[in-house]
Amino acid sequence: MSTAATPVPHYTTTGLDSRKIAIWAFIGSECMLFISLISTYLIYKGRSVVGPFPHEKWTDPATGHVLNPILNIPVTSMSTFVLLMSSLFMVLALAAVQNKGRPLPPNAGWWTRKLASSKLWLFMTALAGSTFLGFQAYEFTSFVHEGLTIKTNLFGSSFFTLTGFHGAHVTAGVLWLLSLLGIDQRRGLGPKDALIVDICALYWHFVDVVWIAIFTLVYLIR
Amino acid sequence: MATTAIATPYPKPYEGEHTGVWSWLTTVDHKRIGTLYLFTALFFFVFGGLEAVVIRAQLGAPNQHLVSAEFYNQLFTMHGTTMIFLAIMPLSAAFFNFLIPLQIGARDVAFPRLNAFSYWVYLFGGIFITVPIFFAVAPNGGWFGYAPLTTRAFSPGINIDFWVIGLQILGVSSLAAAFNFLTTIINLRAPGMSLMRMPMFTWMAFVVQFLMVLAFPVITIALVFLLFDRFFGTNFYNTVSAGADPLLWQHLFWIFGHPEVYILVLPAFGLVSEVIPTYSKKPLFGYPVMVYSGILIAVLGFGVWAHHMFAVGMGPIADTFFSLATMLIGIPTGVKIFNWIATMAQGQIRLTTAMLFAIGLIALFTIGGISGVMHSVPPADLQQTDTYFIVAHFHYVLFGGSIMGIFAGIYHYFPKIFGRILDERLGKIHFWLNFVGMNLTFFPMHFAGMLGMPRRIYTYDSGQGWESYNLISTIGAYILVVATLFFIYNFFRSKRSGPIAGSNPWGAATLEWTIPSPPPEYNFAQIPQVTSRYPLWEGKEADRESARINSQEGKTAAELGIVIPYSTIKPLLVALGLVVMFCGLLTTRAIIFVGAAIMILSLFGWLLAPLEPEHH
Amino acid sequence: MDSPADSHATPDSAEATAHAPHAEVHAHPTWDTYWKVALILTLITVGEVWAYYVPSFVASRAFVPTLLTMSAMKFAIVVMFYMHLKYDHKLFRALFTGPLLIAATTLVALLFLFGHLTVLRH
Repeated sequence: MSTAATPVPHYTTTGLDSRKIAIWAFIGSECMLFISLISTYLIYKGRSVVGPFPHEKWTDPATGHVLNPILNIPVTSMSTFVLLMSSLFMVLALAAVQNKGRPLPPNAGWWTRKLASSKLWLFMTALAGSTFLGFQAYEFTSFVHEGLTIKTNLFGSSFFTLTGFHGAHVTAGVLWLLSLLGIDQRRGLGPKDALIVDICALYWHFVDVVWIAIFTLVYLIR
Repeated sequence: MATTAIATPYPKPYEGEHTGVWSWLTTVDHKRIGTLYLFTALFFFVFGGLEAVVIRAQLGAPNQHLVSAEFYNQLFTMHGTTMIFLAIMPLSAAFFNFLIPLQIGARDVAFPRLNAFSYWVYLFGGIFITVPIFFAVAPNGGWFGYAPLTTRAFSPGINIDFWVIGLQILGVSSLAAAFNFLTTIINLRAPGMSLMRMPMFTWMAFVVQFLMVLAFPVITIALVFLLFDRFFGTNFYNTVSAGADPLLWQHLFWIFGHPEVYILVLPAFGLVSEVIPTYSKKPLFGYPVMVYSGILIAVLGFGVWAHHMFAVGMGPIADTFFSLATMLIGIPTGVKIFNWIATMAQGQIRLTTAMLFAIGLIALFTIGGISGVMHSVPPADLQQTDTYFIVAHFHYVLFGGSIMGIFAGIYHYFPKIFGRILDERLGKIHFWLNFVGMNLTFFPMHFAGMLGMPRRIYTYDSGQGWESYNLISTIGAYILVVATLFFIYNFFRSKRSGPIAGSNPWGAATLEWTIPSPPPEYNFAQIPQVTSRYPLWEGKEADRESARINSQEGKTAAELGIVIPYSTIKPLLVALGLVVMFCGLLTTRAIIFVGAAIMILSLFGWLLAPLEPEHH
Repeated sequence: MDSPADSHATPDSAEATAHAPHAEVHAHPTWDTYWKVALILTLITVGEVWAYYVPSFVASRAFVPTLLTMSAMKFAIVVMFYMHLKYDHKLFRALFTGPLLIAATTLVALLFLFGHLTVLRH
C-alpha cells in the first residue's frame, strides 16, 4: 500500500496490478482458513457435554438452573444488517474515489454531492464496521454473564474462536479504513489511488461474505 | 548461532553494489535473499542430520542408553521438524527466490520487501524452535504433534509450547512467500513467455505456491486450536472432560500434511526437469504432460490425506475412497519418471554431478513411490503403519527424492549463484557416498519394519531379528556424515577459489543462463522477448540478440537507467516484532504488546515508504 | 507493495510491446445498481430470519437446504457485484473459485468423516 507519488507504469504480463492479484490470492487462502474454523464448529455441533447451548435449553445438573438457548437472533440479525450495509458504503467509497475530480453536473443535488464524498463513505464504512464490533462485544459479554465462556464447552470454544477470528478481521479492516481516511484527509484520495482503496474494499467485502456464511450456519441453522 | 552469511566478494563485483553485514540485513534483492535462505537452510540440514546421527547411534545396537527415552523423543521430533520446515522447504525457497525471476525474465519478485520479511521470519522462527534442544526442552511430541497427546493434560511442559508457537511463526513466512511467488509468476513474465513456455522449475514452483496458499491456513487453525487449548483453556482437543473428538487434530493436520509432502517434492522435481534436459542436450520429453501431471498431483493431493489414518477406524467408505485416491495419485507421479527417462533416451548424456543426483532421484524416488503405493492398501497398511516400513518409504521419497533433487539443483546452479563451479571430483565422491550411505541407511528399514519394529522407540530388545538391519542403517548414517563433509568442504572451497564460470557453463537453454554469473543487481539489462521454451537452443534471432546484450558485463543499474528498490531494515523489524509478540506467550504477557507495537509501527513505516526511487 | 522497476535502456526494448496497465474499462456499476443490490441482500436476509421463526418450516427437511441456498445467493451477489468479480478479468475469477471449491469440498468431506451427513448414508 504505497502512498508514494505517481505510480510508475511497470511492465506486467497481464496488465493488472500485482497487488490486486495478491489480494485475491490472499482471499482464496482465507477461504481455507475460515472453512477450517467453520468445519470445526459444525463438527462439534450438538456434542457439548455441558451447556449453555446455542438453540436449546439446558438444565445444569449441579445447581438445577435452567439456562436458555444463548444465541440472540434478533440482535444478531441487526448486526448482520449493519455489516451488510457497510459493504454498500464501501462500494460507494470506492466509486467516490474513482470519480474524484470529475466535475459534478450543474444541477447536482445534495445527494449527488454526498455520493461524491469519499471521506464520508470511508467514515460510514468504518462506523458500520465499528457498530458491528460493538454488537459483537455486547454479545460476547452477555454470553459470559449467562455462563458461556471460551472454556465452558465445545460450543463456547468453537463459537468464540470462529466469531473472534472474524471480529479480528473486521477490526483490522476498520484500522485499514481509518488509515485510508487519514490519507484522504491529509492529501486527498483520487483516481490514481483507486487501486489501494479497491484492495481494502475487496478485503472488506470478503469479511462481510464470511459473516453471511457464519450467520446462517451458526445462528440460523439449528 | 551464525546462520546469516557474511558478504562475500563475487568474482566480479559490480560498481555500486553494497557489501557488509548491514547490506545483507536490509537487502530486498531476491538473489541475496535466496543466498541467505541457502546458507541458513544448509546449516539446518546439517543440524537435523546430526540429530539423526545421534538417533542412529542410539539404535545401532539393542538395549543402548546413549540418550534417555525422554531426550530421544526430542531428537526424533526435532529431526523431523528441522528437516521438513527448516531445511527442505527453505532450500526450495532458496531456489524459488534465486531462480524464478531469472527464469521468467523479471528484475525481481512482485513484492521485494515482503520477500525479505519471509526470510527473517524463517530465520527467527528457526532459531526459536531450535534453541530449546540445547536445554533439553525441545518439542517432543513428534513432528506431527498429535493431540490430545500434545495438550497440556498429557504434555504439561514447555516443550510443546515451543513447537506450537514455532510452527505458527514459520507458517507466516511460508504463506507470505507463497503470495509473493504466485503473483510474480502470474504477473512478471517477460513478453512472449506464455505459461506453456515457462521453464519446468517455475511451473512446479507455481503449483507449489497454490498448495501452500491452500494448505497452510488449515494447519494454522489446527495450531491455533492447540495453542488456545494450552494457553487459554479451550476444549478443542479436550477429550478428557469436554467430549472433544480425538481425530480432529489428525484430520486438520493431514489436510495440511499431505499437500505438504508435495510441497516438499515438487520443487525437486522441477530442478530435475532443468538438469536432465541440459545434460542430455535434449528438450524435456512431453512438456505439456509434465505440466498437467504437476497440476493433477496438486489437486489430487488435497483428496488423499486420510491415508495417514487408515488405522484409526474411519469405516469402509472413507478407507475405500482415500485408498483409491491415493492409488490414483501414483499415476501422474509415475508419468514424470517415464518422461525423464524418455528425455535421456538418445540424448548426449554428460554424467556431471548434477546429472548423477538427478538420475539418483529417478531411481530412489521410484523405490519410495513403490512402497508408497503399498501403503495405499488399507489392510496392508495396517501392518505397515507406525513401523519402520513407513520410515523407509518417506526417507526414500524425501532423501532419495527431495534432497537428491536439491543437490542436483545446487551443483547445477552454484555457478550462476556464486560465479564459480563446484569441483566435479569432490562432487562425484559426495554423490556416491550419498547414494551408498542413503541406501544402506534406509533400505534395511523396509525389513525391520516388516519384522515389526515400531517407529519412535528409543531402544529395542535383542532377539527380535532387528539387530543387523539397525546396525547396517547406523553404518549408512555415518557414511552420510562423511558424504556431507565432502560437500561442505567442496562448497566453501569452490566458492572461494573454484574455476570461474561464464554465463552458461553447462550449455543450458533457459533465460537465467543468458546473463552473467553471478547476475548483476538488475538481472537483465534488457527485458528479453521470448519466442520459445528453450531460448538459447531454439530461440530466434531476437532471443540471441537479447542474450548478447544481457551477457555484457560491467554496467551498473544507474548507467542503464534501471531503478533499483531501496534497501530497508523495516521487513526485518516487522519480523522481529512478530516473533517477540509470540514469545510473549511464554514470558510475561506484556511482551506481547511490546512485540505487537514494534510490528505495527514498523509495518506502517514499510507501507507508507515507497519501494523505489521515482523515475525521471 | 509495488511491481519492480523497468528498463529504460533501449528504445526497441520490450516495453514497446508491453501491456499498459489498463484501468478496468468494463462498465462500472453505479449508485443505481448498488442500492438495488443492497435492497436484494436485505430482503434475502429478512427472508432468512423470517424462516427461522416459522416452526413448521424449521422442522421440515426443506429448512436447511433453503437457508443454505439463500445465503449462497447473498454470497454470490456480494462477490459478483460488490467485489465486481462479474466485471473483472477472468484471472480473478479463477483465483477465487479454485480455493472456494477446495474449501467447500473439504468441508463436506469433514462433515461426512465426523458423521454429520447421515442423511446421505441411506
